[in-house]
Amino acid sequence: MIKEYKTIREIASPLMIVDHVEGVTYDELGELELPNGEVRRCKVLEVEGDRAVVQLFESAQGINLAETKVRFLGHPQQLAVSEDMLGRVFNGMGMPIDGGPDILAEEHKDINGLPMNPAARAYPAEFIQTGVSTIDGLNTLVRGQKLPIFSGSGLPHAALAAQIARQARVLGDNETFAVVFAAIGITFEESEYFINDFRRTGAIDRTVVFSNLANDPAVERIATPRMALTAAEYLAFEKDMQVLVILTDITNYAEALREVSAAKKEVPGRRGYPGYLYTDLATMYERAGRRQGKKGSITMIPILTMPEDDKTHPIPDLTGYITEGQIILSRELHRKGIVPPVDVLPSLSRLKDKGIGVGKTREDHAGTMNQLFAAYSRGKDAKELMTILGEAALSEDDKLFAKFAEEFEKVYVSQGNTTNRSIEETLNIGWELLKILPRRELKRIKPEFIDKYLPLE
Amino acid sequence: MSGKITKVSGPLVVAEGLADANVSDVVRVGASHLIGEILNMTGDKASIQVYEETSGLGPGADVVTTGLPMSVELGPGMLDNIYDGIQRPLPEMRALTGDSITRGTDVPALNREKKWDFVPVAAVGDKLTAGDVLGTVQETSAILHRIMVPPKMAGTLKSIQAGSFTVTDIVAVLTDEKGVDHELSMMQRWPVRIARPYQHKYVPARPMNSGQRIIDTLFPIAKGGTAAVPGPFGSGKTVVQHQLAKWSDVDIVIYIGCGERGNEMTDVLMEFPELKDPRNGEPLMKRTVLIANTSDMPVAAREASIYTGITIAEYFRDMGYDVAVLADSTSRWAEALREMSGRLEEMPGEEGYPAYLASRLAQFYERAGVVECLGSDERQGSVTAIGAVSPPGGDISEPVSQATMRIVKVFWALDSSLAYARHFPAINWLTSYSLYIDTLQPWYTEQFGETYMQNRERAMHILQEEAELQEIVRLVGQDALSPEDRLTMETAKMIREDFLQQNAFVDEDAYSSYLKQFRLLNMVLKYDVLCREALAKGADMNALFAIDVREKIGRAKMADPNAFTEAYDAIEKQMKAEIDEVIAGGEEA
Repeated sequence: MIKEYKTIREIASPLMIVDHVEGVTYDELGELELPNGEVRRCKVLEVEGDRAVVQLFESAQGINLAETKVRFLGHPQQLAVSEDMLGRVFNGMGMPIDGGPDILAEEHKDINGLPMNPAARAYPAEFIQTGVSTIDGLNTLVRGQKLPIFSGSGLPHAALAAQIARQARVLGDNETFAVVFAAIGITFEESEYFINDFRRTGAIDRTVVFSNLANDPAVERIATPRMALTAAEYLAFEKDMQVLVILTDITNYAEALREVSAAKKEVPGRRGYPGYLYTDLATMYERAGRRQGKKGSITMIPILTMPEDDKTHPIPDLTGYITEGQIILSRELHRKGIVPPVDVLPSLSRLKDKGIGVGKTREDHAGTMNQLFAAYSRGKDAKELMTILGEAALSEDDKLFAKFAEEFEKVYVSQGNTTNRSIEETLNIGWELLKILPRRELKRIKPEFIDKYLPLE
Repeated sequence: MSGKITKVSGPLVVAEGLADANVSDVVRVGASHLIGEILNMTGDKASIQVYEETSGLGPGADVVTTGLPMSVELGPGMLDNIYDGIQRPLPEMRALTGDSITRGTDVPALNREKKWDFVPVAAVGDKLTAGDVLGTVQETSAILHRIMVPPKMAGTLKSIQAGSFTVTDIVAVLTDEKGVDHELSMMQRWPVRIARPYQHKYVPARPMNSGQRIIDTLFPIAKGGTAAVPGPFGSGKTVVQHQLAKWSDVDIVIYIGCGERGNEMTDVLMEFPELKDPRNGEPLMKRTVLIANTSDMPVAAREASIYTGITIAEYFRDMGYDVAVLADSTSRWAEALREMSGRLEEMPGEEGYPAYLASRLAQFYERAGVVECLGSDERQGSVTAIGAVSPPGGDISEPVSQATMRIVKVFWALDSSLAYARHFPAINWLTSYSLYIDTLQPWYTEQFGETYMQNRERAMHILQEEAELQEIVRLVGQDALSPEDRLTMETAKMIREDFLQQNAFVDEDAYSSYLKQFRLLNMVLKYDVLCREALAKGADMNALFAIDVREKIGRAKMADPNAFTEAYDAIEKQMKAEIDEVIAGGEEA
């Protein structure tokens, strides 16, 4: 028997204090019933004696302290999961909003999930070909990895993420895949861009969408990515699917978290974000991965816009410490018309080393990758020097490196949003570019690979 | 003695009716017996940090104290194992509860069923004091586990048995001076927040060989020393830590994954059993204890994990072993401290961290050191503590980095611009330091002669000079430099690329012996000396830089670890010949 309380003592949106409660537990889900019959959801943040501090997911508008009823449901926030979720659209709280019927739940799952036992993880090592050279060749994505895209306002991260979702495949494999897409506080237009792209390619039937748009309640955003990940875990580890999760935009999520933290009057950490932002983000990101003895996997691509393009802002900074690398987009390259404008030097995939090489991509992959990075880095330095002192100040070698850097951006990086390059094509383009440099500078590549792969004049 | 919960706020629980409990006692909370620890007491009210997720807990639930402080179990069975932050074995938890970590799981740290072959060393009638070895157990193929008389105990050995026993079976009985018998098993308990006792502490004087050239040659750490590895994300902190865990010439490695990625622990779990210790050929996992409290696991247990790790390290040290503790990352530990402090509504210090952050950090690092262990055989052991620091935005002006720098003696500063250029390990040679250079110098000189440290100084000098010359080049271009300065820059480039850069993923290069390091640096410096002489004789600078042997020097680090001397001799010979040729060519023209 669920008790109803009419003992709301205080509301300071998004928090509410309820008095004289009994048997209420931490993290429990609750419901408010307004006098007009409208039902809103809330969650217990703290209980002390018979007083509960509760967080509202929606607006507090219209709540009357005396007349509004509160019920606590005896369980934390849950999501009804089933295979029928594929092809459906839900709101940020997991309710269908596509006009279709409710989901007949096979199971109700706690959206917070449980930490994965490190001893049960399987190390991600299967190469995913995204068809994007800067990712496949230099920042290789593997199945079960979490690789965020660090973007800025006005940069084409949506186009890149959609391209990855469209082209990603594991070579020589035809297992069932699924996409879980969580729109977190983004605009209707951006959300539609993704959904239209899924529709165009037919992926929509294998996609689950959770949509919390910019005009939806901000606090609901705290639940949205967890809903998405709960669905992803179900599809990956119980239905053996290869799931790609796209979360956009994490910056909006962190801001919602900050809003709640400020309302709770917690001691703020950097830039007003709560001190537990790292732990909070980690409990989401770490849900990506593979498990031993399970076929399915969760590969995660969170997208975040860096305020003022600042990589040291707490959101990208803490994300970078948790995720297994990052793809960084550059405004400078974007202005130059490079598509996709991936800034390869600060980009990184931590799991690439186990996903490339003989039997996965090609034997020369690791060496050429390091060589391209080092050469591009030196070429960029040379170009910088050239702008200050003129070309005459460069040594002969440095002139070659400067030329290499220029060509690298034009040919290797700028492939457009529709080109789907195989890994062989990507590697061969790399060799074509290395031809610009003197052979003695190719120290990172084994001599036998240079003999075998360096194209002849 | 049981109390009732009055408040739940995340990992913090307040309970009343616990007048009998002590501060720091371990308690069991609620119906699912979550594990917690008492932080503060006011009257009969206790503030408890709970090591597991508290969702579903509410006022009125029972809290029971165990009456014991947070302790670890010490005995055979820890090596080759992986624990969470409060020493619960993760493989056994997985067998019990599946792929996820569910709450209230109670698994003893040491397997109670497994039998170990105990070989007595002491004999009946022996007068034994704390730390004396009772007997031994071959725990893994690599490590002989010495079963010792626990601290604070002494007496005459009344009985001792050889044979196959579990960790809780009685293997010996000790009669103390009052005539009381103490039954001893192979297992000890020790509270994690208290350092284990020893006889004396010494100043460290032997280096820890890591096989990493920039560490061993430029910024060495002593066995029993302390070091910090700060760096922004993506600069290779974890790879440096993994390299140290793999190749350090210590007997035991304790690797603490504290609030870091789950896949990194999986990587260690998969890779270490395959890798062989270069010194004895045994799989590295046989000497390793892993503590994994990944970032998605409960935050309070993260706080406990580094104490769990260092206590296990001290226990192996007490056997007379050299132990390395690698903590990745101490910043996440500090954040756990901050979170609990905030929930306790303590007055914050800098950036929300509690005022006791620096003293807690100092207490942790101070548990490192070279000691004469308890026991009458004067054996020595050491604990080397190396902590990664993850400063926000890579800016080391923040409290955790600053508090760490005040304590540690070695500082390997990782640099993101080096990482972008794929210069790994991305340890910046200008900002890093080692305060052990002076104490370790005699050792290096004794082993390899005076040249080793002279070469180090010369290399550091060249790198320093390069930094200054680069400023000039940036302003006026390199044509303005004299040939001698150009040579300095060229040599510095060789030191950076051909010596300091080391690829952790290539077998020939991942580990470099002292001798290989010495010969390699010596070769580069010899090039410098010969070219300098040649320049004085009027040789053409560009011709000197373009001699064929340069490509071979660039690849010299990849030489076979067992046969590099011949190869290096040949390169040096060729180098001499080619430089002489350039000089001769210049004279002819």
